[in-house]
Amino acid sequence: MSNPSLAQQYFGHAAQHNYLNVSKGWKSWAFTLDHKRIGVMYLIGVTFALLLAGVFALLLRAELFTPNKMFLSEAQYNQMFTLHGAIMVFAFIIPSIPAALGNFVLPMMLGAKDVAFPRLNLMSFYLWVIGTIFLVIAMITNSLDTGWTFYTPYSIRTSTGVVAATFGAFVLGFSSIFTGINFLVTVHTMRAPGMGWFQMPLFIWGLYATAIIQVLATPVLGITLLMLIAERLLHIGIFDPKYGGDPVLFQHFFWFYSHPAVYIMILPGMGVISELISVYSRKKIFGYSFIAFSSVAIAILGFLVWGHHMFTSGQSELVTLIFSAITFTVAIPSAVKVFNWLSTMYKGCIALVTPMLFAMSFIFLFGIGGLTGLFLATLRTDIHLHDTYFVVAHFHYVMVGGTLTALFGGLFHWWPKMFGRMYNELCGKITCLLVFVGFNVTFFPQFVMGSRGMPRRYARYDIEFEAFHQWSTIGAMILGVGVVIGFATLVYAAFRGPRCAGNPFGAATLEWQSSSPPSFHNFDHKVEFTSPYDFSTQVYDEELDSYVHRNFTAPAKPAVPVQPQSI
Amino acid sequence: MSIEHGVHHDGLHGDHHDAHHHGKFIAHHFDSAEQQFDAGKMGIWVFLVTEVLFFSGLFCAYILYRYHHPEIFVQAHHFLDKVLGAGNTIVLLFSSLTMALAVRASQLGQNRSVAIYVLITMVCASIFLGVKAVEYTHKWDMGIFVRSFFQYDDHHHAEGISRYLILASIVPGALLACFGGLALLGMTSKGGFEKAFWGGMAIMVLGYFIGVGGGMFYMGMSGGEHYTPTELHHDIGIFFSIYYCMTGLHAFHVIGGIIALAWIYYRSLACHWRPDYFGPVDNVGLYWHLVDLIWIFLFPLLYLIN
Repeated sequence: MSNPSLAQQYFGHAAQHNYLNVSKGWKSWAFTLDHKRIGVMYLIGVTFALLLAGVFALLLRAELFTPNKMFLSEAQYNQMFTLHGAIMVFAFIIPSIPAALGNFVLPMMLGAKDVAFPRLNLMSFYLWVIGTIFLVIAMITNSLDTGWTFYTPYSIRTSTGVVAATFGAFVLGFSSIFTGINFLVTVHTMRAPGMGWFQMPLFIWGLYATAIIQVLATPVLGITLLMLIAERLLHIGIFDPKYGGDPVLFQHFFWFYSHPAVYIMILPGMGVISELISVYSRKKIFGYSFIAFSSVAIAILGFLVWGHHMFTSGQSELVTLIFSAITFTVAIPSAVKVFNWLSTMYKGCIALVTPMLFAMSFIFLFGIGGLTGLFLATLRTDIHLHDTYFVVAHFHYVMVGGTLTALFGGLFHWWPKMFGRMYNELCGKITCLLVFVGFNVTFFPQFVMGSRGMPRRYARYDIEFEAFHQWSTIGAMILGVGVVIGFATLVYAAFRGPRCAGNPFGAATLEWQSSSPPSFHNFDHKVEFTSPYDFSTQVYDEELDSYVHRNFTAPAKPAVPVQPQSI
Repeated sequence: MSIEHGVHHDGLHGDHHDAHHHGKFIAHHFDSAEQQFDAGKMGIWVFLVTEVLFFSGLFCAYILYRYHHPEIFVQAHHFLDKVLGAGNTIVLLFSSLTMALAVRASQLGQNRSVAIYVLITMVCASIFLGVKAVEYTHKWDMGIFVRSFFQYDDHHHAEGISRYLILASIVPGALLACFGGLALLGMTSKGGFEKAFWGGMAIMVLGYFIGVGGGMFYMGMSGGEHYTPTELHHDIGIFFSIYYCMTGLHAFHVIGGIIALAWIYYRSLACHWRPDYFGPVDNVGLYWHLVDLIWIFLFPLLYLIN
């Protein structure tokens, strides 16, 4: 920033007094009610969960490098994939984008000072901590080998720590519910004056649809896990066939939550991508209302397809047919999004910077992940592909290729806002390249071996699959290196990166009207509502080295965008 | 939080702050009392939706097993006492009435009335739990447990006060002694605030013993007439699994309600409610009505099967 006093006029005085340095000491973080600090704490937490579960994944892949035993026994292998899945799903993916990025960005995008219920927000974070601790306790003391799905009757019989782990997942569920309630109410009641429902940024629509699912689906998981705990401790006979119970009922209950939960994982990512594509193409988002409604449509349809996880469980043929048909319809709103993103890029002024590269790889990977879902929705092919590596590859393309990529894209995009410092563009691009290449090398061979009959969750395998497994393992290592470089780049940037101004990318959403990092109250001046995708309102100011609203500067400033710097 | 509020007032953002004429209880991030009220109201409604869904899993299990095994449900419901269930229903309905009156009083800013109505509501909640304790322990005496522990033995029930009931009453007894002691201590201090609060808490716990006494009195009156089946269905325990899960979860919600009501009672004594600030009373009231409503469904589903 070359001219501090001018910057102060536009972005307020917070460059000196921001949310990071407004108060000091661990208590000022541990008891903070500030959504930005809670978002940062969540980010640290979910990163820890990601790295922990990621290490498990790498160990699994290392073991699978040869068909025979290397260093994990069969029982240890079962525990390893269970903990990888449970921690990734419950402690990382579900809270990652909504609770970490969303917490930071959502109120600012709405022009609000905080979420509606700051105490509930902090409580949600501590519930996350408690739930994760229970998962880790289960892991350390007794381990867990049920798979992340806790299917009965095995989860009633196994000697591992099902109770601690399910209690952890139960608590994490409440953390998720409270975030959902907070976001729903904040979006409804705290939008900036002048911001109607269809002037909200699409990230907000994504988070809103996510919050609907969190609020409506998670309680069902909560009661299901409580019943499972009761079943294990008291043998109440609801899920246990030995006492007249029905184990398939557990699967219904579990997937009634966990299928919508898949959309908790992907919808916020889609919201991030909608922002990135538009900002870095410097073009108004194409088909705004279609993208907004497709989020809500996915949220609603997500409640009606849980049976497609149970095609082979013996449910009635009619039900299976209906679930299959509804599953196909989910492809429609998903495709609507993809086509709208591509149309936004068409004839846009595309800046191939790190967040945009992540956004583009998201579209590619989500495309593959989404389309392979149709293979699994087809009853005939699903019978063949059920419980093979094809399924593993499919949902990793959506969850890692989708959500993790979107999380990285979002982090690189909002990092300068969060910490007021710019990341190293070259390192960012290397991260994106390694993640993209590593990811595809890991999971594409899994499609092939899955379709050739390699079952999932097996510690040992036939020699014919060795080459696929070895490619997959090599890819996983590349992916792991990419993720570590990515976080190293971000952490370095947060402490040592060059300082940057309030709006370095020329985005038009409201959070960029604050200084970087934002002040404690987010905005020091009255928030001026601008259309989130009208980039003509943002003009580059050389003196500030930042974009500012065109009404702020002298009228002679160029309206033609200057591309964000890239290497 | 205190640190942040310190900054809030130290002049950094002073101009910003004064512009909104914030009332005493309006959080800094809301622009107006209306916005805060609307947010709270919507928040509690969404929370109630999650509560309904939380119970929905158990209702699903109920529907499923009743559909598959109607004979179990018909037979098992004879073990539940309709009179105690109906009595508890009336107690909860009455508590909803007093809760509604408390909300009305808070809207008018009549803090003393709010305190009285809320106290009556809490006492009713305690009575409900007392009666429930009698019902539960009576069943445990007869070996009516969840499915795997189910061991019905009709001869076991007639020996004086149930050991289980005494065990269940330890915590309420300790709380009563504790609150009563604190109320007595409060007598000595000036102002009467502590006396009123801890005294109210003691009266609330007393409700539990009223419930227990009433329940036992009724049991004695009805002369221990018991349903004596000729042959029990071998899976009858599943009904009681569902019964204990549903009513137990509901009882936890009643206890949660009592804690929330105690908070309202405290703030009523501190005269916090004004015509432009009564959201918490309203919201806790809505929660209490839901707890009541769930019981209105549970009672016929479990007790009145035919």
